[in-house]
Amino acid sequence: MNNKIPKRTFVQKYHLIGWGWTILFVILLGLSSAMTGVDWGTFFTNLNQFFVLVEQMASPAWDYIDIIWQPLLETIQMALIGTTIGTVLAVPFAIIAARNIVKNKVVRSVIRLLLNLVRTLPDLLLAALFVAIVGIGPTAGVWTLAVFSFGMVSKLFYEAIETIDEGPLEALRAAGANKMQIIIFAVLPQILNNFVSYFLYTFEINVRASTILGYLGAGGIGVYLQRSLSSFQYAQTGVIVIVIFAVVIIIDGFSNWLREKLV
Amino acid sequence: MVEKLIEFQQVRKVYSNGVVGLDNINLTINKGEFVAVVGLSGAGKSTLMRTINRMHDITSGDILLNGRSIVALKGKELRQLRREIGMIFQNFNLVKRSSVQRNVLSGRVGYYPTWKSALGLFSKEDKEKAELALQRVNMAEKIYTRVDQLSGGQQQRVAIARTFMQDPQIILADEPIASLDPMTTKEVMDDLKKLNQDFGITVIANLHSVPIAMEYSDRIIGLRAGKLVYDQPIAAVKQTDFDEIYAEKQEG
Repeated sequence: MNNKIPKRTFVQKYHLIGWGWTILFVILLGLSSAMTGVDWGTFFTNLNQFFVLVEQMASPAWDYIDIIWQPLLETIQMALIGTTIGTVLAVPFAIIAARNIVKNKVVRSVIRLLLNLVRTLPDLLLAALFVAIVGIGPTAGVWTLAVFSFGMVSKLFYEAIETIDEGPLEALRAAGANKMQIIIFAVLPQILNNFVSYFLYTFEINVRASTILGYLGAGGIGVYLQRSLSSFQYAQTGVIVIVIFAVVIIIDGFSNWLREKLV
Repeated sequence: MVEKLIEFQQVRKVYSNGVVGLDNINLTINKGEFVAVVGLSGAGKSTLMRTINRMHDITSGDILLNGRSIVALKGKELRQLRREIGMIFQNFNLVKRSSVQRNVLSGRVGYYPTWKSALGLFSKEDKEKAELALQRVNMAEKIYTRVDQLSGGQQQRVAIARTFMQDPQIILADEPIASLDPMTTKEVMDDLKKLNQDFGITVIANLHSVPIAMEYSDRIIGLRAGKLVYDQPIAAVKQTDFDEIYAEKQEG
Protein backbone atom coordinates (compact mmCIF):
# COMPACT_ATOMS: atom_id res chain seq x y z
CA MET A 1 0.00 0.00 0.00
CA ASN A 2 1.32 3.39 -1.02
CA ASN A 3 1.35 5.60 2.06
CA LYS A 4 3.22 8.66 0.77
CA ILE A 5 1.92 12.22 0.87
CA PRO A 6 0.95 12.95 -2.75
CA LYS A 7 2.50 15.88 -4.63
CA ARG A 8 0.18 18.78 -5.27
CA THR A 9 -0.59 19.50 -8.90
CA PHE A 10 0.53 22.77 -10.45
CA VAL A 11 -3.00 24.19 -10.22
CA GLN A 12 -3.29 23.28 -6.53
CA LYS A 13 0.18 24.57 -5.67
CA TYR A 14 -0.33 28.09 -6.97
CA HIS A 15 -4.07 28.31 -6.11
CA LEU A 16 -4.81 29.03 -9.75
CA ILE A 17 -8.56 28.51 -9.37
CA GLY A 18 -8.79 31.03 -6.53
CA TRP A 19 -6.73 33.56 -8.49
CA GLY A 20 -8.86 33.00 -11.58
CA TRP A 21 -12.07 33.83 -9.70
CA THR A 22 -10.51 36.91 -8.11
CA ILE A 23 -9.34 38.29 -11.45
CA LEU A 24 -12.70 37.56 -13.05
CA PHE A 25 -14.48 39.38 -10.21
CA VAL A 26 -12.26 42.46 -10.53
CA ILE A 27 -12.81 42.59 -14.29
CA LEU A 28 -16.59 42.34 -13.83
CA LEU A 29 -16.52 45.07 -11.20
CA GLY A 30 -14.56 47.35 -13.52
CA LEU A 31 -16.87 46.65 -16.45
CA SER A 32 -20.06 47.26 -14.54
CA SER A 33 -18.83 50.52 -13.02
CA ALA A 34 -17.78 51.68 -16.49
CA MET A 35 -21.21 50.79 -17.89
CA THR A 36 -23.17 52.51 -15.11
CA GLY A 37 -20.90 55.52 -15.25
CA VAL A 38 -19.64 55.45 -11.68
CA ASP A 39 -17.45 58.44 -10.97
CA TRP A 40 -15.14 57.42 -8.11
CA GLY A 41 -14.46 61.06 -7.41
CA THR A 42 -18.04 61.92 -6.36
CA PHE A 43 -17.91 59.19 -3.75
CA PHE A 44 -15.54 61.32 -1.77
CA THR A 45 -16.11 64.93 -2.86
CA ASN A 46 -19.41 65.06 -0.95
CA LEU A 47 -17.93 63.47 2.11
CA ASN A 48 -17.78 66.79 3.95
CA GLN A 49 -21.56 67.09 3.50
CA PHE A 50 -21.86 63.93 5.55
CA PHE A 51 -20.02 65.53 8.42
CA VAL A 52 -22.19 68.65 8.24
CA LEU A 53 -25.22 66.39 8.58
CA VAL A 54 -23.76 64.44 11.46
CA GLU A 55 -22.92 67.69 13.22
CA GLN A 56 -26.50 68.92 12.98
CA MET A 57 -27.88 65.58 14.11
CA ALA A 58 -25.45 65.58 17.01
CA SER A 59 -27.53 68.21 18.77
CA PRO A 60 -30.90 66.42 18.77
CA ALA A 61 -34.06 68.38 19.47
CA TRP A 62 -35.11 66.26 22.42
CA ASP A 63 -38.52 67.90 22.89
CA TYR A 64 -39.46 66.38 19.52
CA ILE A 65 -39.90 63.09 21.38
CA ASP A 66 -43.30 64.32 22.62
CA ILE A 67 -44.49 64.28 19.02
CA ILE A 68 -42.91 61.04 17.82
CA TRP A 69 -43.59 58.58 20.64
CA GLN A 70 -47.12 58.11 19.34
CA PRO A 71 -46.06 57.11 15.78
CA LEU A 72 -43.25 55.05 17.27
CA LEU A 73 -45.79 53.05 19.24
CA GLU A 74 -47.84 52.73 16.07
CA THR A 75 -44.79 51.31 14.31
CA ILE A 76 -44.37 48.60 16.91
CA GLN A 77 -48.10 47.83 16.85
CA MET A 78 -47.98 47.52 13.06
CA ALA A 79 -45.08 45.09 13.35
CA LEU A 80 -46.83 43.05 16.03
CA ILE A 81 -50.17 42.78 14.25
CA GLY A 82 -48.58 42.19 10.83
CA THR A 83 -46.28 39.47 12.17
CA THR A 84 -49.14 37.78 14.00
CA ILE A 85 -51.43 37.69 10.96
CA GLY A 86 -48.62 36.48 8.68
CA THR A 87 -47.44 33.80 11.09
CA VAL A 88 -50.88 32.41 11.80
CA LEU A 89 -51.65 32.20 8.08
CA ALA A 90 -48.29 30.54 7.45
CA VAL A 91 -49.01 27.52 9.67
CA PRO A 92 -51.49 25.66 7.42
CA PHE A 93 -49.47 26.46 4.29
CA ALA A 94 -46.23 25.27 5.90
CA ILE A 95 -47.90 22.00 6.87
CA ILE A 96 -49.10 21.41 3.32
CA ALA A 97 -45.66 22.28 1.94
CA ALA A 98 -43.78 19.85 4.22
CA ARG A 99 -42.44 16.73 2.53
CA ASN A 100 -43.07 14.43 5.48
CA ILE A 101 -46.73 15.46 5.91
CA VAL A 102 -48.03 15.74 2.37
CA LYS A 103 -46.78 12.89 0.21
CA ASN A 104 -48.46 14.22 -2.94
CA LYS A 105 -45.70 15.90 -4.90
CA VAL A 106 -48.00 17.99 -7.10
CA VAL A 107 -49.87 19.62 -4.22
CA ARG A 108 -46.61 20.33 -2.46
CA SER A 109 -44.98 21.86 -5.53
CA VAL A 110 -47.94 24.14 -6.23
CA ILE A 111 -47.96 25.42 -2.66
CA ARG A 112 -44.20 25.89 -2.66
CA LEU A 113 -44.32 27.80 -5.93
CA LEU A 114 -46.96 30.07 -4.43
CA LEU A 115 -44.86 30.63 -1.31
CA ASN A 116 -41.79 31.36 -3.45
CA LEU A 117 -43.73 33.92 -5.44
CA VAL A 118 -44.85 35.68 -2.27
CA ARG A 119 -41.28 35.69 -1.02
CA THR A 120 -39.91 37.36 -4.15
CA LEU A 121 -41.92 40.52 -3.47
CA PRO A 122 -39.71 43.05 -1.63
CA ASP A 123 -41.34 44.73 1.37
CA LEU A 124 -41.10 48.21 -0.13
CA LEU A 125 -42.89 47.09 -3.28
CA LEU A 126 -45.59 45.52 -1.12
CA ALA A 127 -45.92 48.76 0.83
CA ALA A 128 -46.34 50.77 -2.37
CA LEU A 129 -48.99 48.28 -3.55
CA PHE A 130 -50.96 48.32 -0.33
CA VAL A 131 -50.83 52.10 -0.04
CA ALA A 132 -52.43 52.14 -3.49
CA ILE A 133 -55.03 49.56 -2.46
CA VAL A 134 -56.09 50.52 1.09
CA GLY A 135 -54.84 54.10 1.09
CA ILE A 136 -52.27 55.96 3.14
CA GLY A 137 -52.01 54.92 6.78
CA PRO A 138 -51.00 52.14 9.12
CA THR A 139 -53.45 49.61 7.60
CA ALA A 140 -51.25 49.49 4.52
CA GLY A 141 -48.26 48.89 6.78
CA VAL A 142 -49.98 46.03 8.60
CA TRP A 143 -50.88 44.34 5.31
CA THR A 144 -47.36 44.77 4.00
CA LEU A 145 -45.80 43.22 7.06
CA ALA A 146 -48.40 40.43 7.13
CA VAL A 147 -47.62 39.35 3.57
CA PHE A 148 -43.89 39.80 4.07
CA SER A 149 -43.90 37.70 7.28
CA PHE A 150 -46.12 35.09 5.68
CA GLY A 151 -43.58 34.51 2.90
CA MET A 152 -40.64 34.30 5.22
CA VAL A 153 -42.19 32.35 8.08
CA SER A 154 -43.90 29.74 5.91
CA LYS A 155 -40.52 28.68 4.51
CA LEU A 156 -38.87 28.59 7.93
CA PHE A 157 -41.85 26.63 9.25
CA TYR A 158 -41.96 23.94 6.61
CA GLU A 159 -38.24 23.42 6.86
CA ALA A 160 -38.65 23.01 10.61
CA ILE A 161 -41.47 20.52 10.10
CA GLU A 162 -39.30 18.47 7.76
CA THR A 163 -36.70 17.94 10.49
CA ILE A 164 -39.02 16.43 13.10
CA ASP A 165 -38.82 12.87 14.42
CA GLU A 166 -41.23 10.85 12.29
CA GLY A 167 -41.54 7.99 14.77
CA PRO A 168 -44.49 9.53 16.64
CA LEU A 169 -46.26 10.12 13.31
CA GLU A 170 -45.98 6.44 12.51
CA ALA A 171 -47.19 5.51 15.99
CA LEU A 172 -50.25 7.74 15.73
CA ARG A 173 -51.05 6.45 12.26
CA ALA A 174 -50.80 2.89 13.52
CA ALA A 175 -53.18 3.78 16.36
CA GLY A 176 -55.88 4.78 13.87
CA ALA A 177 -55.47 8.57 14.06
CA ASN A 178 -56.52 10.61 11.04
CA LYS A 179 -54.30 13.17 9.32
CA MET A 180 -55.52 16.09 11.44
CA GLN A 181 -55.02 14.17 14.67
CA ILE A 182 -51.52 13.17 13.63
CA ILE A 183 -50.69 16.83 13.01
CA ILE A 184 -52.16 17.94 16.32
CA PHE A 185 -50.70 15.20 18.50
CA ALA A 186 -47.42 14.32 16.81
CA VAL A 187 -46.34 17.25 14.62
CA LEU A 188 -47.31 20.44 16.45
CA PRO A 189 -45.84 19.54 19.85
CA GLN A 190 -42.52 18.89 18.16
CA ILE A 191 -42.33 22.26 16.42
CA LEU A 192 -44.16 24.61 18.78
CA ASN A 193 -40.91 26.01 20.16
CA ASN A 194 -39.57 26.57 16.66
CA PHE A 195 -42.76 28.36 15.73
CA VAL A 196 -42.53 30.77 18.65
CA SER A 197 -38.85 31.34 18.00
CA TYR A 198 -39.43 32.15 14.30
CA PHE A 199 -42.33 34.41 15.22
CA LEU A 200 -40.06 36.46 17.48
CA TYR A 201 -37.30 36.54 14.89
CA THR A 202 -39.73 37.81 12.26
CA PHE A 203 -41.08 40.35 14.69
CA GLU A 204 -37.55 41.71 15.15
CA ILE A 205 -37.10 42.06 11.42
CA ASN A 206 -40.52 43.66 11.02
CA VAL A 207 -39.88 46.30 13.68
CA ARG A 208 -36.84 47.37 11.66
CA ALA A 209 -38.67 47.16 8.35
CA SER A 210 -41.72 49.05 9.60
CA THR A 211 -39.67 52.11 10.52
CA ILE A 212 -39.07 52.62 6.82
CA LEU A 213 -42.56 51.83 5.55
CA GLY A 214 -43.84 55.28 6.53
CA TYR A 215 -41.65 56.64 3.77
CA LEU A 216 -44.17 55.25 1.33
CA GLY A 217 -47.13 56.41 3.39
CA ALA A 218 -47.73 53.13 5.14
CA GLY A 219 -47.90 54.64 8.63
CA GLY A 220 -45.60 54.63 11.61
CA ILE A 221 -42.51 56.63 12.40
CA GLY A 222 -41.23 56.57 8.83
CA VAL A 223 -43.66 59.37 7.96
CA TYR A 224 -41.88 61.64 10.45
CA LEU A 225 -38.47 60.51 9.33
CA GLN A 226 -39.29 61.51 5.80
CA ARG A 227 -40.87 64.81 6.89
CA SER A 228 -37.86 65.89 8.93
CA LEU A 229 -35.40 64.94 6.22
CA SER A 230 -37.23 66.72 3.44
CA SER A 231 -37.55 69.89 5.51
CA PHE A 232 -33.87 69.75 6.50
CA GLN A 233 -34.72 69.48 10.22
CA TYR A 234 -31.70 67.31 10.94
CA ALA A 235 -31.92 67.88 14.66
CA GLN A 236 -35.30 66.14 14.55
CA THR A 237 -33.95 63.40 12.29
CA GLY A 238 -31.27 62.81 14.89
CA VAL A 239 -33.88 62.19 17.60
CA ILE A 240 -35.80 59.78 15.39
CA VAL A 241 -32.67 57.83 14.51
CA ILE A 242 -31.63 57.56 18.16
CA VAL A 243 -35.11 56.52 19.31
CA ILE A 244 -35.45 53.86 16.58
CA PHE A 245 -32.00 52.61 17.46
CA ALA A 246 -32.94 52.29 21.13
CA VAL A 247 -36.25 50.57 20.43
CA VAL A 248 -34.72 48.06 17.99
CA ILE A 249 -31.98 47.18 20.46
CA ILE A 250 -34.46 46.68 23.29
CA ILE A 251 -36.80 44.51 21.20
CA ASP A 252 -33.94 42.48 19.71
CA GLY A 253 -32.48 41.90 23.16
CA PHE A 254 -35.81 40.89 24.64
CA SER A 255 -36.68 38.53 21.81
CA ASN A 256 -33.20 36.99 21.79
CA TRP A 257 -33.47 36.37 25.51
CA LEU A 258 -36.89 34.79 25.05
CA ARG A 259 -35.72 32.61 22.17
CA GLU A 260 -32.76 31.31 24.16
CA LYS A 261 -35.16 30.39 26.95
CA LEU A 262 -37.18 28.34 24.48
CA VAL A 263 -34.40 26.12 23.21
CA MET B 1 -61.15 -23.72 22.23
CA VAL B 2 -58.84 -22.43 19.52
CA GLU B 3 -60.22 -19.49 17.61
CA LYS B 4 -58.56 -18.23 14.45
CA LEU B 5 -57.67 -14.54 14.62
CA ILE B 6 -55.32 -13.72 11.77
CA GLU B 7 -54.96 -15.74 8.57
CA PHE B 8 -52.31 -15.11 5.94
CA GLN B 9 -53.22 -16.70 2.63
CA GLN B 10 -50.42 -16.89 0.07
CA VAL B 11 -49.28 -13.43 1.01
CA ARG B 12 -46.64 -11.93 -1.21
CA LYS B 13 -45.05 -8.52 -0.93
CA VAL B 14 -42.72 -7.10 -3.53
CA TYR B 15 -41.27 -3.66 -2.88
CA SER B 16 -41.29 -1.06 -5.63
CA ASN B 17 -37.55 -1.60 -6.09
CA GLY B 18 -38.18 -5.28 -6.89
CA VAL B 19 -37.03 -6.70 -3.56
CA VAL B 20 -39.26 -9.53 -2.37
CA GLY B 21 -40.28 -8.74 1.22
CA LEU B 22 -42.67 -11.64 1.81
CA ASP B 23 -42.77 -14.78 -0.28
CA ASN B 24 -45.93 -16.88 -0.26
CA ILE B 25 -46.71 -16.73 3.46
CA ASN B 26 -49.42 -19.06 4.77
CA LEU B 27 -49.93 -18.63 8.46
CA THR B 28 -52.72 -18.72 11.02
CA ILE B 29 -52.44 -16.99 14.35
CA ASN B 30 -54.98 -17.86 17.02
CA LYS B 31 -56.68 -15.64 19.56
CA GLY B 32 -54.67 -15.16 22.72
CA GLU B 33 -51.36 -16.46 21.41
CA PHE B 34 -48.00 -14.90 22.24
CA VAL B 35 -46.05 -15.38 19.04
CA ALA B 36 -42.37 -14.61 18.68
CA VAL B 37 -41.06 -13.94 15.19
CA VAL B 38 -37.35 -14.57 14.75
CA GLY B 39 -34.98 -14.24 11.83
CA LEU B 40 -32.08 -12.22 10.51
CA SER B 41 -32.36 -8.50 9.82
CA GLY B 42 -34.06 -8.04 6.47
CA ALA B 43 -35.79 -11.44 6.63
CA GLY B 44 -39.18 -9.71 6.49
CA LYS B 45 -40.15 -9.69 10.18
CA SER B 46 -41.11 -6.01 10.26
CA THR B 47 -42.86 -6.29 6.92
CA LEU B 48 -44.93 -9.26 8.07
CA MET B 49 -45.98 -7.37 11.16
CA ARG B 50 -46.90 -4.20 9.32
CA THR B 51 -49.12 -5.99 6.83
CA ILE B 52 -51.45 -6.84 9.72
CA ASN B 53 -52.23 -3.19 10.52
CA ARG B 54 -51.81 -2.21 6.88
CA MET B 55 -48.85 0.08 7.47
CA HIS B 56 -47.57 -1.93 4.51
CA ASP B 57 -49.78 -3.11 1.66
CA ILE B 58 -49.29 -6.55 0.18
CA THR B 59 -48.81 -7.33 -3.51
CA SER B 60 -50.96 -10.46 -3.71
CA GLY B 61 -52.76 -12.95 -1.47
CA ASP B 62 -55.16 -12.17 1.34
CA ILE B 63 -55.10 -11.41 5.04
CA LEU B 64 -58.16 -12.17 7.16
CA LEU B 65 -58.84 -10.76 10.60
CA ASN B 66 -61.67 -12.57 12.40
CA GLY B 67 -62.56 -14.07 9.02
CA ARG B 68 -62.83 -10.69 7.29
CA SER B 69 -60.41 -9.60 4.58
CA ILE B 70 -58.52 -6.44 5.51
CA VAL B 71 -56.41 -5.87 2.43
CA ALA B 72 -58.86 -3.54 0.69
CA LEU B 73 -59.91 -1.40 3.66
CA LYS B 74 -59.78 2.35 3.14
CA GLY B 75 -60.29 5.60 5.05
CA LYS B 76 -62.45 5.30 8.14
CA GLU B 77 -62.62 1.51 8.00
CA LEU B 78 -58.85 1.31 7.85
CA ARG B 79 -58.51 3.63 10.84
CA GLN B 80 -60.99 1.51 12.74
CA LEU B 81 -58.92 -1.56 11.97
CA ARG B 82 -55.77 0.18 13.15
CA ARG B 83 -57.20 1.42 16.41
CA GLU B 84 -57.84 -2.18 17.44
CA ILE B 85 -54.23 -3.14 16.78
CA GLY B 86 -51.62 -1.69 19.11
CA MET B 87 -48.05 -1.24 18.00
CA ILE B 88 -44.81 -1.03 19.98
CA PHE B 89 -41.62 0.19 18.34
CA GLN B 90 -37.91 -0.24 18.90
CA ASN B 91 -37.51 3.54 19.28
CA PHE B 92 -40.66 3.94 21.40
CA ASN B 93 -41.98 6.66 19.05
CA LEU B 94 -43.33 8.90 21.77
CA VAL B 95 -43.61 12.66 21.39
CA LYS B 96 -40.66 13.65 23.56
CA ARG B 97 -41.81 17.21 24.22
CA SER B 98 -45.24 16.15 25.42
CA SER B 99 -46.18 14.85 28.84
CA VAL B 100 -46.56 11.17 29.60
CA GLN B 101 -50.28 11.73 30.07
CA ARG B 102 -50.75 13.31 26.67
CA ASN B 103 -48.77 10.57 24.99
CA VAL B 104 -50.85 7.89 26.65
CA LEU B 105 -54.11 9.64 25.79
CA SER B 106 -52.99 9.98 22.17
CA GLY B 107 -53.43 6.21 21.90
CA ARG B 108 -57.15 6.85 22.25
CA VAL B 109 -57.64 9.45 19.48
CA GLY B 110 -58.90 6.85 17.02
CA TYR B 111 -62.08 6.74 19.11
CA TYR B 112 -62.65 10.52 19.00
CA PRO B 113 -63.83 12.92 16.34
CA THR B 114 -61.09 15.30 15.22
CA TRP B 115 -62.41 18.46 16.88
CA LYS B 116 -62.88 16.79 20.25
CA SER B 117 -59.38 15.35 20.32
CA ALA B 118 -57.93 18.62 18.98
CA LEU B 119 -59.34 20.50 21.96
CA GLY B 120 -58.11 17.78 24.32
CA LEU B 121 -61.67 16.94 25.39
CA PHE B 122 -60.99 13.41 26.57
CA SER B 123 -63.73 11.84 28.65
CA LYS B 124 -63.33 11.29 32.37
CA GLU B 125 -63.34 7.53 31.82
CA ASP B 126 -60.50 7.76 29.35
CA LYS B 127 -58.43 9.94 31.67
CA GLU B 128 -58.96 7.38 34.42
CA LYS B 129 -58.15 4.63 31.95
CA ALA B 130 -54.85 6.39 31.21
CA GLU B 131 -54.04 6.50 34.93
CA LEU B 132 -54.89 2.83 35.21
CA ALA B 133 -52.77 1.97 32.18
CA LEU B 134 -49.80 3.79 33.71
CA GLN B 135 -50.33 2.02 37.02
CA ARG B 136 -50.26 -1.31 35.22
CA VAL B 137 -46.78 -0.55 33.90
CA ASN B 138 -45.58 1.04 37.16
CA MET B 139 -45.30 4.51 35.69
CA ALA B 140 -48.16 6.26 37.53
CA GLU B 141 -45.96 8.78 39.32
CA LYS B 142 -44.50 10.01 36.02
CA ILE B 143 -47.89 10.96 34.54
CA TYR B 144 -47.13 14.71 34.38
CA THR B 145 -43.45 14.33 33.45
CA ARG B 146 -42.21 15.22 29.99
CA VAL B 147 -41.19 12.13 28.07
CA ASP B 148 -37.67 13.41 27.30
CA GLN B 149 -36.92 13.13 31.02
CA LEU B 150 -37.52 9.37 31.05
CA SER B 151 -35.09 6.53 30.46
CA GLY B 152 -35.48 4.19 27.48
CA GLY B 153 -37.13 1.47 29.51
CA GLN B 154 -39.55 3.93 31.06
CA GLN B 155 -40.41 5.29 27.62
CA GLN B 156 -41.17 1.82 26.31
CA ARG B 157 -43.49 1.23 29.25
CA VAL B 158 -45.30 4.49 28.50
CA ALA B 159 -45.60 3.28 24.91
CA ILE B 160 -47.18 0.07 26.19
CA ALA B 161 -49.64 2.12 28.24
CA ARG B 162 -50.47 4.12 25.11
CA THR B 163 -51.17 0.90 23.25
CA PHE B 164 -53.37 -0.32 26.09
CA MET B 165 -55.57 2.77 25.60
CA GLN B 166 -56.60 1.44 22.20
CA ASP B 167 -58.36 -1.58 23.75
CA PRO B 168 -56.46 -3.65 21.22
CA GLN B 169 -57.21 -7.21 20.15
CA ILE B 170 -53.65 -7.52 18.94
CA ILE B 171 -50.37 -5.94 19.95
CA LEU B 172 -47.60 -5.87 17.38
CA ALA B 173 -44.22 -5.38 19.02
CA ASP B 174 -41.47 -4.57 16.54
CA GLU B 175 -38.14 -5.22 18.28
CA PRO B 176 -39.56 -3.88 21.56
CA ILE B 177 -36.40 -4.53 23.55
CA ALA B 178 -33.66 -3.98 20.98
CA SER B 179 -32.56 -0.67 22.53
CA LEU B 180 -32.97 -1.68 26.17
CA ASP B 181 -30.62 -3.11 28.79
CA PRO B 182 -31.23 -6.63 30.20
CA MET B 183 -32.90 -5.34 33.37
CA THR B 184 -35.51 -3.18 31.63
CA THR B 185 -35.89 -5.84 28.95
CA LYS B 186 -37.37 -8.13 31.56
CA GLU B 187 -39.77 -5.43 32.81
CA VAL B 188 -41.01 -4.62 29.35
CA MET B 189 -41.44 -8.26 28.36
CA ASP B 190 -43.27 -8.93 31.64
CA ASP B 191 -45.64 -6.05 30.86
CA LEU B 192 -46.38 -7.51 27.44
CA LYS B 193 -46.89 -10.98 28.91
CA LYS B 194 -49.31 -9.56 31.48
CA LEU B 195 -51.40 -7.88 28.79
CA ASN B 196 -51.44 -11.20 26.97
CA GLN B 197 -52.52 -13.22 30.00
CA ASP B 198 -54.82 -10.78 31.82
CA PHE B 199 -56.71 -9.48 28.80
CA GLY B 200 -56.24 -12.22 26.26
CA ILE B 201 -54.61 -9.76 23.88
CA THR B 202 -52.78 -11.56 21.10
CA VAL B 203 -49.14 -10.48 21.02
CA ILE B 204 -46.86 -10.80 18.01
CA ALA B 205 -43.30 -9.77 18.79
CA ASN B 206 -40.26 -9.52 16.55
CA LEU B 207 -37.34 -10.55 18.69
CA HIS B 208 -33.64 -10.86 18.08
CA SER B 209 -32.99 -12.75 21.26
CA VAL B 210 -33.78 -16.46 21.07
CA PRO B 211 -33.63 -16.99 24.88
CA ILE B 212 -36.19 -14.20 25.39
CA ALA B 213 -38.40 -15.68 22.67
CA MET B 214 -38.21 -19.10 24.35
CA GLU B 215 -38.99 -17.63 27.77
CA TYR B 216 -42.03 -15.56 26.88
CA SER B 217 -43.76 -16.91 23.81
CA ASP B 218 -46.19 -19.77 23.20
CA ARG B 219 -45.03 -20.24 19.66
CA ILE B 220 -42.04 -19.34 17.55
CA ILE B 221 -42.12 -18.43 13.87
CA GLY B 222 -38.96 -18.16 11.81
CA LEU B 223 -38.53 -16.11 8.65
CA ARG B 224 -35.68 -16.26 6.21
CA ALA B 225 -35.48 -14.15 3.05
CA GLY B 226 -39.23 -13.49 3.14
CA LYS B 227 -40.20 -17.13 3.52
CA LEU B 228 -41.81 -18.82 6.49
CA VAL B 229 -39.21 -21.45 7.38
CA TYR B 230 -40.18 -22.37 10.91
CA ASP B 231 -43.36 -22.58 12.97
CA GLN B 232 -43.54 -24.58 16.19
CA PRO B 233 -45.34 -24.39 19.54
CA ILE B 234 -42.87 -23.61 22.30
CA ALA B 235 -42.98 -27.15 23.71
CA ALA B 236 -41.59 -28.53 20.47
CA VAL B 237 -38.83 -25.96 20.01
CA LYS B 238 -35.27 -27.24 20.22
CA GLN B 239 -32.23 -24.99 20.47
CA THR B 240 -30.71 -26.55 17.36
CA ASP B 241 -33.72 -25.47 15.27
CA PHE B 242 -32.40 -21.92 15.20
CA ASP B 243 -29.26 -22.84 13.30
CA GLU B 244 -31.42 -23.25 10.23
CA ILE B 245 -33.33 -19.96 10.67
CA TYR B 246 -30.18 -18.00 11.26
CA ALA B 247 -28.16 -19.71 8.55
CA GLU B 248 -26.61 -17.02 6.38
CA LYS B 249 -27.13 -18.87 3.12
CA GLN B 250 -29.45 -21.55 1.92
CA GLU B 251 -27.81 -24.90 1.40
CA GLY B 252 -27.63 -26.62 -1.95
